[in-house]
Amino acid sequence: MRATPDLAALPVEDLDASGLDLGKERESGGLLLVNLGPSHPATHGTLRILCALSGETIEAAVAEMGYLHRGFEKDCETHSWQQAIPYTDRLNYVSAMMNNVGFCKAAERMLGVEVPERAVFLRVIVSELNRIIDHLVCAGANLVDLGALTNFWWAFLAREKVYDILERLCGARLTHTYTRIGGLARDAYPGFGAEVEAVLGDVERAVSDVEALILTNRIFLDRTRGVCPVSAADAVSWGWTGPTLRASGVARDLRKDEPYYHYDEFRFEIPVGTKGDTYDRIVLRFYEIRESAKIVRQALRRLPRGPVMTSDRRVALPPKEQTYGHIEGLMNHFKIIMHGIQPPPGELYDATEAANGELGFTLVSDGGKNPYRVKCRPPCFMNYAAFPDMIEGWMVADAVATLGSINVVAGELDR
Amino acid sequence: MDLEGWKKLVEGKRRDAVLDAVDRFGTPEVLVRAEDLSRVVEALRDDPETALDMLVDLVSVDYSRFPGWEGPRFGLIYHFKSTGRGHRLTLKVLLTEGKPEVGTLSSLYRNADWLEREAWDQMGIVFTGHPNLKRLLNHREFVGHPLRKDYPITRRQALSAPDPMLDQMETRLRSKGWT
Repeated sequence: MRATPDLAALPVEDLDASGLDLGKERESGGLLLVNLGPSHPATHGTLRILCALSGETIEAAVAEMGYLHRGFEKDCETHSWQQAIPYTDRLNYVSAMMNNVGFCKAAERMLGVEVPERAVFLRVIVSELNRIIDHLVCAGANLVDLGALTNFWWAFLAREKVYDILERLCGARLTHTYTRIGGLARDAYPGFGAEVEAVLGDVERAVSDVEALILTNRIFLDRTRGVCPVSAADAVSWGWTGPTLRASGVARDLRKDEPYYHYDEFRFEIPVGTKGDTYDRIVLRFYEIRESAKIVRQALRRLPRGPVMTSDRRVALPPKEQTYGHIEGLMNHFKIIMHGIQPPPGELYDATEAANGELGFTLVSDGGKNPYRVKCRPPCFMNYAAFPDMIEGWMVADAVATLGSINVVAGELDR
Repeated sequence: MDLEGWKKLVEGKRRDAVLDAVDRFGTPEVLVRAEDLSRVVEALRDDPETALDMLVDLVSVDYSRFPGWEGPRFGLIYHFKSTGRGHRLTLKVLLTEGKPEVGTLSSLYRNADWLEREAWDQMGIVFTGHPNLKRLLNHREFVGHPLRKDYPITRRQALSAPDPMLDQMETRLRSKGWT
């Protein structure tokens, strides 16, 4: 990286006003202020980190966020419960299904709605497929930042094939809006299971190919092993969850600790790192992809027949023959369309294990048509909060290698 | 542990701190006095039996339009969990419109710094003792707090110049021995 901006080109008045004697340091070859982002290829989104460099070493760093803030939580307050689901697509847009599932699961708990078993298993399948995609994107893009472009193509080819399946399921590649409160928008298509099986093979091949390229690669190892480590205690204090926490050696995963959707009945392992460095954070994701593939296969085998939407008439539209043939059905239809779903007044926190970690929703209902308050807990918020601390004392190139490994997705971070 | 157990446990950390306790879909929620919050949290974090070592999330709520609500205007909901023991606890404080203030937890949990900045930015809650209570999601020229119920959703605010962030950088460098 070329350190282009000269201190003289920076707002020097401000520097002087700060009282820091940067001028003297400049003469002695001292600090240089460099903005990493908000629009930098390595930020993969809109993040800004201001670094004070001494040579190539980052002496101090401060981070800024909010460039993609669009008021998700405020929007939810002016839309009905079902209308909030498309907004959740845009949180972590790399794994939109998991946001759909997380939000609907929380709302269903609040309503006391039972989701049909077939919908539960399909939710597990699409969630794990999304976890695979998320990890492929994270690792693939991270490796591009390290100059290893081939891995990106191999990871993204497999991801593309998963997207083909999700597109056939719901009609959209990125913003799925596949779940509804009470179930799913539609059932799987004929031949879904066979296609998923085939794609899992492609995914595993891609992972093996990428591993073969990097795991004995001198450049990859030197640039990631021991780089920007985070201790288990720090990771917990930062509120880290998901792959970044597990890379630091803490074996915590909501699918095991607070199981939902039969996760306690599936056989899979929780990979855990030992050093909490960038290497652990990247490589752990490959292990998790394989575990997710195991879960998808088991869920496919157990996928029951039946409806994918509850028959609970508080949340589900009646079948069309009832809407058109009976006055009760017609009234039911109108009630749900005009007055919406109305959870009883109350407050709830519910979380799922998303690709990045604990995706939590705090919901407050006043019994009305719209949520009174929705707060999303984006797992990468905690990761990014730690980033300045992680990179201080390391070089700019290390910061770039590390930013990808904590998988900050601005759509989720800024909401 | 059941709700009563949690209530007694929190009460044991500081006399008269507990105002109420409710069950939120299986998770205990204890309402504590705002002025006691940071002491109670520190004790719950350090007690090996509770070991609430993770601040999971911080949620601010404006209850001013909640039907039938007669309490203080703002609520702050702190979600904690123990990574060692696996349990969760929610603490809540209520803050009046005239004095929406509570002590910071930023010296107890490293992520509290940003979570509190977000609550200040979005809801206008003041965290006393916070080292750098700047806006987080909105820009520095933003006026008001958008998640308050009286903030109209259609109000837009433009930013004329980005934040140089030199104030934060200065603090940071000073803490690392640069003068």
